[in-house]
Amino acid sequence: MAKAAQRAVASAAGNTAKRVGPLDGRAKRTAMVSVEPAPPATRISLRAGKDAVPALSKALGLALPDRPKTSASKGSRTALWLGPDEWLVIDQAGHDMLADCAKVKALHSAVDISHRNIGIVVSGAAAADTINAGCPQDLSLAAFPVGASTRTVFGKIEIVLLRTAEETFRVECWRSFSCYAFTFLAEAARDAAA
Amino acid sequence: MLLIRCPYCEEERPELEFRNAGEAHIARSTDIASQSDEDFEKFFFIRSNPKGLIYERWRHIHGCGRFFNAARDTVSDKFVLTYKAGEPKPDISRAANDSGPAAWANRPPDQLNVKKPAARRAPSKKGKA
Ligand SMILES: [Zn+2]
Repeated sequence: MAKAAQRAVASAAGNTAKRVGPLDGRAKRTAMVSVEPAPPATRISLRAGKDAVPALSKALGLALPDRPKTSASKGSRTALWLGPDEWLVIDQAGHDMLADCAKVKALHSAVDISHRNIGIVVSGAAAADTINAGCPQDLSLAAFPVGASTRTVFGKIEIVLLRTAEETFRVECWRSFSCYAFTFLAEAARDAAA
Repeated sequence: MLLIRCPYCEEERPELEFRNAGEAHIARSTDIASQSDEDFEKFFFIRSNPKGLIYERWRHIHGCGRFFNAARDTVSDKFVLTYKAGEPKPDISRAANDSGPAAWANRPPDQLNVKKPAARRAPSKKGKA
C-alpha cells in the first residue's frame, strides 16, 4: 500500500523518483565527535601522466597536487592525490567535471564515480581517535596535517581519507561498504566518547 | 604492526596497506617462444625461497597502488630497504652479511639444492617467540 502511494507521489511530481542515499537519516553525535553522511557530490577518478597535468589543472580550475598525501581545493572542488598518476576529484556543488576534462586533448582517463562513493564526515575533538579505531595511519596533526589525503584501510574496507580541518575528516568509501563504514564509525564514536 | 616505507609515498606506512607480490628481479625472456622447457620452468616456477635476505615485489595496494621492490630478511622480517620498480638491484651485501647465520641460504635458484653446509645451519628457533 505504502509503495503504491509512493509511486503515486512520484508520478504526480513528473515521474521523477527521489534519490535515496544509503546513509540518509543516519547520524551519530556524542559530546566528542559527530559522524554524518556527507551531502551528494560529483566525483571523478582521474588518471594522467605528467604531461597532461597542466592542461587538466587548467580545465578543472585547480592545480592537481603532485606530492604524496596532499590535496588541493578551490571553490567547491577538491583534488586528492592518490598515486603518482591518480587523483580523486570531488565537486560538492555537483558540477559536471567530465565536461571540463573532455576539453583536454592530452591523454588522460576521467571516469565519473559520483555514485560509486559515499562520503562520511567525522568531526569533533575525538574525530582522529574515532577513525583510528579502524585505520592504522598516524593521524596526528604533524603526520597528517589539514589538507592531507590518502587512500588507506578502515577495518575490513578500503577508504580515502581527507582532513578538511583540524578536527574534521571526510571518509570516502564505496557505496556498498557505506553501511559497514558508518556503523563502525558510530561504534568507534561511542567508544571515543567514553 | 610493521611499518613499510613506500618509495612513491616517501614515508613509512602501516603494513595493512601493502601486499606481497612474489620474488623480484625475475626477468621474462624477450624471446620466450625459443626458450627451452627447462629455462621456462626456471623462470615461471622456481623461486629461491631463501632463509635470510630476499628481494621481493610489494604493492602499496591500499595506498598509492604502486608496485615497488624491497629487500627483506625472511627470518627477522626486517625490511632492509625499499626502492622503486625498475631501479637496479641495490648492493646490500653488507646488510646481507649482517643478517646472521641464515644469510648463507640467500643464493640464486640454480645454486639451490646443492649440498647444504649443515654446520652453518641456523640454530633452532624453538622456544623463541
Ligand atoms: Zn605508496
